[in-house]
Amino acid sequence: MFRYILQRGALALAVALVVSFATFMLLNFASDPASAIAGEDATQEVVERIRQAYGFDRPVLVRYFEWLGGVAQGNFGESYYWNKAVGQLVLERAPVTITLALSALFVTIVIAIPLGAMAALNPNSWADRFALTFAVSAQAMPNFWLGLLLIILFGVMVPILPISGDSTWQHFVLPAFVLGSSSVPAVMRLTRTGLIEVMESDYIRTARSKGYRGLSLLTRHAMRNALLPVVSVLAVQLGQKFGGSVITESVFAINGLGRLALQSILGSDIPTVQMLIFIFAITFVLMNLLADLLNAALDPRIRIG
Amino acid sequence: MSVETDPQLLPEDLLAPSPRSQLLHRALSHKGLLIGGFIVGTLILVALFAPLLAPHDPYAQSLAKRLLPPAWEAGGSWDHILGTDQVGRDYLSRLIYGTQVSLIIGFGAASVGLVIGVTLGVCAGYFGGWIDTVVSFVLTAQLALPGLLLAMALVFIIGPSVWVVIGIIGVLHWTYYLVVTRSATQRLKSQDFVAAANAMGASRWQVLRSEILPNVSSQIIVIFTFELGIAILAESSLSFLGVGIQPPIPSWGLMIAEGKQALFFRPSLVLFPGLMLFLLVIGANLLGDGLRDVTSPQGRN
Repeated sequence: MFRYILQRGALALAVALVVSFATFMLLNFASDPASAIAGEDATQEVVERIRQAYGFDRPVLVRYFEWLGGVAQGNFGESYYWNKAVGQLVLERAPVTITLALSALFVTIVIAIPLGAMAALNPNSWADRFALTFAVSAQAMPNFWLGLLLIILFGVMVPILPISGDSTWQHFVLPAFVLGSSSVPAVMRLTRTGLIEVMESDYIRTARSKGYRGLSLLTRHAMRNALLPVVSVLAVQLGQKFGGSVITESVFAINGLGRLALQSILGSDIPTVQMLIFIFAITFVLMNLLADLLNAALDPRIRIG
Repeated sequence: MSVETDPQLLPEDLLAPSPRSQLLHRALSHKGLLIGGFIVGTLILVALFAPLLAPHDPYAQSLAKRLLPPAWEAGGSWDHILGTDQVGRDYLSRLIYGTQVSLIIGFGAASVGLVIGVTLGVCAGYFGGWIDTVVSFVLTAQLALPGLLLAMALVFIIGPSVWVVIGIIGVLHWTYYLVVTRSATQRLKSQDFVAAANAMGASRWQVLRSEILPNVSSQIIVIFTFELGIAILAESSLSFLGVGIQPPIPSWGLMIAEGKQALFFRPSLVLFPGLMLFLLVIGANLLGDGLRDVTSPQGRN
């Protein structure tokens, strides 16, 4: 088990390094940070002076290792656009996005697992067909459009929930629904196929013959095994929620990391964009690592085999 | 000229349906496939014949006719069936031309992803060894990247145009092709007909091109259909956020962003383009589901 953790951890670290290197190169080759700081009407001379003052004239590899060294020491760089340390910006905005991501995951679980279970217990029934139709529709729904539909619904027709901002918990209900719904199809399908497989297994037949029926059969016997793969997919989905927050936060005017990312891109604030991409990637990598470890802890076959 | 019967051909062979007709039969009895195919086919026709179908010039502005409601609402006129936008452009015409934008970007980006993913997948599966290790690592790294955010940043920095959007969405969406072609190639590699081709002296390139690729083509087509929907949604998200297709091009995502300004006053400006997106993507997904069921009947669920 210890070797397994070590292996996975090393892979995660390598992925994080490669991702940070790739984004740094992409963003620095594609853009000219000096002219971004100087503004649009700056003369060539001013741009050159800024280039030298900030050290952008040095080789990109040197700047990458400088950046990486800074990150390792907790120095995330300076945002030219916000005139603040990037680390401070991120710390200010992160709690909102973490709240949003966790509530979205909660929404996913509450909708997807019962729906998947309902479909699996009665394959090819109306419940199964309803779940499938729901999944197909949710997959084709543009996230931002769903958000706007809810804003129309709750802003005009039934004004019971706030539609913009992040000051109370009610503000998170609609955004969490929008962000959470995008994971419902994948989690629902996985619950369904997992449960169908388990329900046909020998030990469930044994449990049935011992008199277990209905909910107790489901919760005490079937769900435990059927949800094994779901747990790890949920961890991965949580990792994706951070990257997915860009759209939801923009639609609902939530001041989290996603909105910060959009604002920084539009302001050509490369250090902040670079850092946010890195943070989202790291979150995803860590969630994947967590998923692998959870899987190994829950399923002895992976640990040993 | 006399008709000769082939002595090799037994009556049973003539009676049993050929694999091709079996496939056709399965396709024609698959409801989802037919609905999806109909939706996508119709929208392709709409895109091709947009100049004939659109009642107005999608770029023609008219200050006198700003924000007209759809024809069936009070104040609407049948000259502009779905009303007009903030600068008085006919909304139906813009929706029709928007089909072109979505389909060009969808097909373009899904093709770029196909080339990258299939090349990597076939190489990793066929050669194995260190190539496979490297490709698997690249895959893990690619999956960790926040795709939408990176796409936003790159499109904005490089400068938004249709070609840049196609290229960047394509470059960021190839993992699905890779995973499937890699495992399919691994399976095919050990088959007898590949060994036979090797024994007859076919080069690696010949084996890849004429033995492996034709046998993964149906899976590639299935993924292409799904990626079409994914790319279309990605473009609409980018355009909605202002870092994709730029005005005045009628991209549905951009139209939703523009309509958002009048969200409560004229919700139809947001509703219609969203419905078109939803329809096109659901069509592509149903088509993909159907093609997968039909081409590999054992692989359902």
